[in-house]
Order: sequence, then structure tokens, then C-alpha cells
Amino acid sequence: MRLKLIISISKALLLARWKQTLIAAIGVTFSITMFITLLSFMTGLNIMLDGLILNRTPHVHIYKEILPSEKQPIDYTSEGHHFISSVKPKNDLLDLRNSSVIMKSLRNDPRVLGVCPKVNVQVFYNIGAVDLNGVLNGIDVVEENRLFSFSDYVVEGDYQELKNIPNSIILGKGAAEKMLANLGDNIQITTSRGERVQLKVVGYFQSGLQDIDKVQSYVSLTTAQKLLGESNSYITDIQVKLFDMNQAPDVAKEYRQIYEVEAVDIQTANAQFETGTAIRTLISYAVGITLLIVAGFGIYNILNMMIYEKMDTIAILKATGFSGKDVKRVFITIALTIGIFGGLFGLLFGFLISSGIDQIPFKTEALPTIKTYPINYDPRYYLIGGIFSIVTTYFAGYFPSRKASKVDPVVIIRGK
Amino acid sequence: MSTPVLQAREISKYFHDPYDIQVLKNISFEIQKGEFASVIGKSGCGKSTLLYILSTMDTDYQGDLFIDAQLMRGKKEAELARVRNEKIGFVFQFHYLLNEFSVLKNVMLPGLKLNKLSAGEVEQHAYEKLKILGIQDEAFKKPNQLSGGQKQRVAIARALINNPLILMGDEPTGNLDKKNTEIVFEIFKELAEEFGQSLLIVTHDNEFAQRTHRIIEMEDGAIIRM
Repeated sequence: MRLKLIISISKALLLARWKQTLIAAIGVTFSITMFITLLSFMTGLNIMLDGLILNRTPHVHIYKEILPSEKQPIDYTSEGHHFISSVKPKNDLLDLRNSSVIMKSLRNDPRVLGVCPKVNVQVFYNIGAVDLNGVLNGIDVVEENRLFSFSDYVVEGDYQELKNIPNSIILGKGAAEKMLANLGDNIQITTSRGERVQLKVVGYFQSGLQDIDKVQSYVSLTTAQKLLGESNSYITDIQVKLFDMNQAPDVAKEYRQIYEVEAVDIQTANAQFETGTAIRTLISYAVGITLLIVAGFGIYNILNMMIYEKMDTIAILKATGFSGKDVKRVFITIALTIGIFGGLFGLLFGFLISSGIDQIPFKTEALPTIKTYPINYDPRYYLIGGIFSIVTTYFAGYFPSRKASKVDPVVIIRGK
Repeated sequence: MSTPVLQAREISKYFHDPYDIQVLKNISFEIQKGEFASVIGKSGCGKSTLLYILSTMDTDYQGDLFIDAQLMRGKKEAELARVRNEKIGFVFQFHYLLNEFSVLKNVMLPGLKLNKLSAGEVEQHAYEKLKILGIQDEAFKKPNQLSGGQKQRVAIARALINNPLILMGDEPTGNLDKKNTEIVFEIFKELAEEFGQSLLIVTHDNEFAQRTHRIIEMEDGAIIRM
């Protein structure tokens, strides 16, 4: 009942100055709307841009690097420092030794979501008399699709035909344009061993990164092994996807030691993406919070004015037995009412505007899967926006209300 | 003899700005239940200052003040607010009604704040008080639709809502014409004689004071007659 009384007094004061109240609430609404829209749009873009690289990148990439040996034969036989000039790497295959055993033990690792083998083949695309550089990736089609959403990037054709049709190829879009190759056409390539092979085009692949699309194409694992004339245990890369991406550096280090191979984690390979994301998010927060603080100053001003105008009311409330605390509550209730209603409408308008942006067509050659502007509807931002609107208005109301609670009724009544 | 509703013992007050000046000098007196007393004196003799001390709104003084045999010194702001709410009714020269609320709600506010009765009961009491003061027909109007005399009567009804021990008035007829002054005086007299209400009214209207039961006259911060 006491709360009801405070609310009814607050309501009366609010309605007595409803135009100013409305303006204050609109200030909050505007800032929350912008906060939500900005963050939804910004993080939507972030997720899309990161996805462009991160979805397609293994968390741990295991491969073999051909390097000169760190220890030369003489190091095994005598102590001391040796000066050896012109050390060269040994001619070796890029084949990962024991790859089937490594893959089997990786699949048993509880941290690992999936393992996907790959064979890299250097080739030339033959277009009449012209030879173009190319790289064929021999992949396990099913696993590649499960772990790295391969099908999203196959813009024409069916990716599963790669597995079903022998000697088939999914051509990079850029390469296909150069070769004027249509679906169903046969193209000719030359392997590094000098053999010419005919492959059937079953699809186009577009990663969004033009340089890659000009060079890279996909074939099945067995086709790649056949092109190289190697057995079906020949594998050059193992791509590992983990359940938790953040474990990648530790896992990579561990694999390097256990299997004596090169293992690179995603954080090392793509450090710039995380930095970019963090900074973009930071800027969005900074802008949103600045807007809210400005709205907070608006509320502060309006409440201050209200207190000057309603000095008499405050004095008489205190003279008839309302304590300073009650008066404070009245003004905080006013501020919070502005904050809650302004904030709620802000969240609503923020949602409406971001769903509006979500409808705007956004087509670009580089991003085959994106049809409209990306928006992130994470409820977390709505929660933060809501909490922030209440907190700012509380503080905007706190200082004027403290002033109101200290009004001395004697001074006001005497002054008349 | 019963305990006095209000007792002042050796109350003194100084103003420090711009220089130290003693405005109240060892004021001591008592008000009994049902007494209709008035305080008179020239402007600046300290009678309003005294009233604000007696009403607990001003706490910067020396001496002791007892209301209903309770010492007011050392009480916290919220406790004093409670005393004002429950035991003191106040009528000012200016009515200080809140234009945002109806007449009835204005009268009810201190009752709702006291929170001893339900809202329905407070409303009923408020209506009764308006009836005693003869303005029950204006109950649902806004204060700014009322005449000056009517507003002051609403203010008196508001002062009475919690059945206070003592009703204090600071020049309650100061802004009223002859006719309305008469009406307000009759109301005070009726309250004192029929309802046993204690009243302490500060006024500089000597004619008004002459007709009260007891006159306390002040000069230069001291009581010279009581």
C-alpha cells in the first residue's frame, strides 16, 4: 500500500509534465534502438566475415613440412659446435607417414569433433595451348561437408556427384570461367608427373576469395591419389575440427610432440580475424553506451527541472509526514518509469529495425551464401540493452532525487 | 492533570548568518489537550520560527521539546516525519494543495502515508472531515477550481485526517478576507470545543487572537504574556 501511494504520487508528477517525460523517454528509446540495431548488425557482419574464413579452416591442421634436418649426421657422432654450409632438405614425399594410424587415434580423442584427410595435388589446367597453375584438393566428400559445410560453397551442381562419379571435378568458379567449362564438360589437366588426365566437371566452387577460386578445385580422395599414382594410404594433410576451438593451441602442441608432424592451430593461422572482431564489437558497445549516457543526462535535466518546479509539493509532502526517503523514492520511481518504458520501446524498435535491415537484399560475388544483410538476433544484446537502460536512468534519477529528499520544508514555506 | 500534548522547555535558537543573533530566548510553555491557544507578536519577533521548531520541521535549536510526553531531540529524520504525520496537523498561510490530485485525494495523502487504515477507510474519514468543514460537495474537484476560502478549508481537513494531537497554524487566515476568516475561526472553535482538538495558531490578527482561549504574546524572541 505504501508502494502504491508512492507510485500514485509519481504518476501524478509524471503526468503533470507529460511532454517533458515523453521527450526523456524518447531519448532512452532512441539510444536503446540504436544500441540494439548497431550491435545486431555489427555482430551479424562479424559472424559472417569470420565464418568466411573460420568455418572453412580446420582447428588443427596436420601436415608434413619438408625442411633441412635440424641435426646433421656429424651431430650424432661428436660433441661441440659444427659449421656446415649449404644444408639442403632431403628429397621426400609430402606423405604423412602412418596417416591411417594417426587418424584412427585422433578419432578416439574426446576433444575431437571430426577428422578429415586431404591430398594436395599440384596440376596444370590445359586450355588449348595454354597451361594454368592449379591445385586440386582430394577430399573425403562426406566428412568435408559435415565439418566444413562444403556444400554451401558449391554454387552449381551437386557436391555428392564428386563421390559418385569417378574422375569428376568441382572447379573453382574463377578457373571455370577461364576455361569456359560448363557442367558436364570434360576438362584436361596435366599432373606434375606429366600425365594428362580427363576430368568431368560436376560443379562449381566459390569460396568468396577470388585468388583461391582461380586456382583451387576439388576432386575425391581416390581421384587425387590416382592422379599422383600413389596408394590409398597417401595423405598429405589431416584437418581436425575440435568441439572447443579455444583448445586448439594446446591440442596442436600435443599432436606435434606425439606424432612428430607439423600441426598449426587456427589461432596462429588466423590471428587477425579475432582482433578485428573484438575491435568492431568494442566500437559498437562504445557508441551504444555513449548514446545511453547522453539520454541519461536528458533525464537528469528533466528531473532537476521538475524538482525546482515542484518544490512546494515536496515541502508539503515533507511537512505532512513524508520522510526524505519517501520523496527520494518518488523521484527514483519517476526516473525508472521513464527508463523502463523508454527501454522497452527501444528494444522493440531495435528489433523492428534490425529485422528491416535483415530484409534488405545484399548480394555479392564474394559471398555466395549471403542473400540479405546479416543480422545477429542474440538475446544477450537485448538483455544488456534492457539492463543498461534501467541502470542509466536509475543513476540519472538518483542525484536529483537525493537533492529533492534534502529539501528543507521550512525554507520553502517561509519563503512564501 | 493529564500530560500536556506539547511541552517546550527552555527553547533557544540562534541564526548564524550574517552574524550571530538569538531569535528565541528560553521559551517554555505547555499546551493541554483541548486548548485553543494563539501566539501573537509583531513581525520578526520569532513566532513563526518557534512554530517550525514545535512542529519538528526545524531541528537546529537548544532546549527540549516534548510531544505527547516524548522527547524530540535525537530522533532521526524519518522518525520526526512519522511524528508529524501522526501527531501534528499543519495549516499554512498558503494552502499548498497539490493540483495534480482531487480535493479528496489531497486530504487522504497523509492518511495513506500513515498506513494504519485501508485506502477505503481513509477515503471515508477524509469525506467525513470534508463534511465537518462543509465542503463535501467539492470532494472530486481539483484544488485549482476552488475559491481561496474553500482551499484553506481543504487544507484544514488534510491537517485533521490522522486525528492529530495538535493542530498548528501559521497565519492560517493571513490570505483570507473577513468573511472567510470568520468561517475558519468558527471551524477552529468548533474543533476545540466540540471535538476537544488542541490548537496552536500563530497570527498577527489581534482580533482573531482575542477570541481564542489563551494568548501567548511574544516580543524579541521571548514570551511576555501567556
